[in-house]
Amino acid sequence: MDLHVTHAWYLVLGALLFTLGAVGVVVRRNPLVMLMCVELMLNAVNLTFVTFSRMLGDVGGQTIVFFVLVVAAAEVVVGLGITVALLRRLPGATADDVSYLRG
Amino acid sequence: MEELIWLIPALPLAGALLLVVAGRRLGEPVAGLVATGATLGSFALALGMFANLVSLDEHERILTQRLFTWVPAGSFSVDMGFLLDPLAMTMVLFVTGVGALIHIYSIGYMHGDPRFHQFFLYLNLFVASMLLLVLGDNMLLTFLGWEGVGACSYLLISFWFEEEANASAGKKAFVTNRIGDWGFMVAMFFTFTTFGTLQYAEVLTGASSLAETTATAIALLLFVGAVGKSAQIPLFIWLPDAMAGPTPVSALIHAATMVTAGVFLMVRTSPILVEAADWVPTTIATVGALTALVAATIAVAQNDIKKVLAYSTVSQLGYMFLAVGTGAYVAAIFHMVTHAFFKALLFLGSGSVIHGMGDEQDMRRMGGLRRFMPVTAVTFIIGWLAIAGVPPLAGFWSKDEILLGAWEESPVLWAMGLLTALLTAFYMSRQVFLTFFGEPRWSLEGDGDAAVDPAAGMPGDELPEPKPAGFHPHESPWSMTMPLVVLAFLAVVAGGLNLPFSKDLHFLESWLEPSLFGNGHHSTAEGSEKVALAVVAIAAGLAGIAGAAVLYLKRRGRPATVEAAVLRRGWYIDSSVTWFMGGPGRAAFDAVAWFDRTVIDGAVNGVGAAVRLVGTGVRPMQSGYVRTYALTLGLGALAVLVLVLSRVAI
Repeated sequence: MDLHVTHAWYLVLGALLFTLGAVGVVVRRNPLVMLMCVELMLNAVNLTFVTFSRMLGDVGGQTIVFFVLVVAAAEVVVGLGITVALLRRLPGATADDVSYLRG
Repeated sequence: MEELIWLIPALPLAGALLLVVAGRRLGEPVAGLVATGATLGSFALALGMFANLVSLDEHERILTQRLFTWVPAGSFSVDMGFLLDPLAMTMVLFVTGVGALIHIYSIGYMHGDPRFHQFFLYLNLFVASMLLLVLGDNMLLTFLGWEGVGACSYLLISFWFEEEANASAGKKAFVTNRIGDWGFMVAMFFTFTTFGTLQYAEVLTGASSLAETTATAIALLLFVGAVGKSAQIPLFIWLPDAMAGPTPVSALIHAATMVTAGVFLMVRTSPILVEAADWVPTTIATVGALTALVAATIAVAQNDIKKVLAYSTVSQLGYMFLAVGTGAYVAAIFHMVTHAFFKALLFLGSGSVIHGMGDEQDMRRMGGLRRFMPVTAVTFIIGWLAIAGVPPLAGFWSKDEILLGAWEESPVLWAMGLLTALLTAFYMSRQVFLTFFGEPRWSLEGDGDAAVDPAAGMPGDELPEPKPAGFHPHESPWSMTMPLVVLAFLAVVAGGLNLPFSKDLHFLESWLEPSLFGNGHHSTAEGSEKVALAVVAIAAGLAGIAGAAVLYLKRRGRPATVEAAVLRRGWYIDSSVTWFMGGPGRAAFDAVAWFDRTVIDGAVNGVGAAVRLVGTGVRPMQSGYVRTYALTLGLGALAVLVLVLSRVAI
């Protein structure tokens, strides 16, 4: 059985991970888990970028990944800060509990 | 010398500012002395300027000073600059001179008033504004002074605002003046669009190239402004009510200076008036003659000592406009100066009477005062003879010149002027006889003499309560009588400014020549014609005096025949205005207010309401749940993707 790993596998894996993350953001209420799901989505995109970079022989895709990593780091810093502050104030709070900006 | 021109208005302004800061601390009488000193300083400066101006050659008698650019706005630029020519000089001299005398008088008159310092603050501010008005070298600066004197007039009319009537008199003056100010402003807009500048030097010399329609519009609008400020028909109704202010204010603002600003403006802009259509001067002369006549008839039937003088002022201002309309600008200025002297004298004299009578203003409660107030009586009588046109006092010469100008223009105008002269002599004699002659009536029960008050019992015209039996009028302090004496002297000799006998005696005429650009009307009348006209005028004046003597001194005949109710009520002009504004006028304003509320406001509010409605509909989308946002985001991205792919596919 030829288990040759083609590029398509990577792309499928990326798509699966992205879907997993997207569904997680929508269905989960725990803010920490939601943040992790966002990270999952970002890294799924990164995987896809790297794959395409290899396929097309273009280094641009890998460059973009660096940018995404930097932005993700910044996002995590801010997001975690908010989450920690929120959970300190309201222990065990879910994302739905803080709907103060409802119109 | 011309670099000191700015000091003339700056001194009273500095006085006013000092009184703002320290007036209360200075108190009485120092605050009054400071204000008087500031005005006297201006007067001294003005005298110096005058000497300087006289020493110059006739054609160089125009001094200018530019302090700084006041309004720099693109092509529109206005300087803070002064123009001192013979016309402005004449105005400055009598404004500061008469002003200083009235300041001195006020120290005595306002004695004991709790807002003593405030009164002098306003008075100084007024003098500063008036000087700005006459010295400004452009129309905007004149307008600044014009509004300044208006504001001071308002503040001083309602100086004793504790009483409702005084406060509303101030409002009436202010609102009526606003109508005139509108005319002045629109005239300025026209001038700027035509000339591109408001500078008198350029406007007046360039006036000869003006199209007739433009000149007509500007002249007419300026006249509207003058009508408001100088209390001509139909805007004269504010001046009699303005007598609610303290008497020195009536003398300074509402007789000698501010109300003559309209005449000054017309003379200042005479080159424009000359270019206007022929019917404009005719209109001005007609309005002036009509005002003179109507106001004189009203003055005949007034019982308030100040109301008589107020209507008399309106009437005399009418004379000045008659002169302006007939092109006799010199006569207008001449009468303005002599009128400033004798009318200020009469007002201050009436103030002295009111003061001595313990705040009594009704002439039916006076009589025989010459024995109690000799100085006031003598000076008042001089003022009376001057205004009645008895030679050789000042009023005769100036009035005669106006009548001469009117005669050469149209006999109808002349007849109206002559009739006014007769009425003037009559009502002034009536006032003098009722106040200073006859028997004292202040403590009599009833009106004392049925002949004195034929219209007794008219609503709003009740006879004041008699004074207690021991009441004695007293002569006023020297600070009040001294200005009376000085003004009386001036009222006697001021006719010498412009004697008609020979060209060499036309001092004022040759003095004002540079300011009039040769537009002055030069009489063509023969010597004998002049003499005949003068004799007729003197006869009219004497007839008026004799008529009053028969009615009020000899007590023959019934004064009721002349003091008709229609005259006492001022031809019902005031009540007609009230009726019109209260009835149809009110309805029209209500309709406009309704239109504004429903249509204009409705449109604006409708836009707001529509936005609110849409907002309410869209609000639920902002649920506050992060997952909803995420889902919406995802679906949106999907929709964009589908759209792009479908486009690419096609």
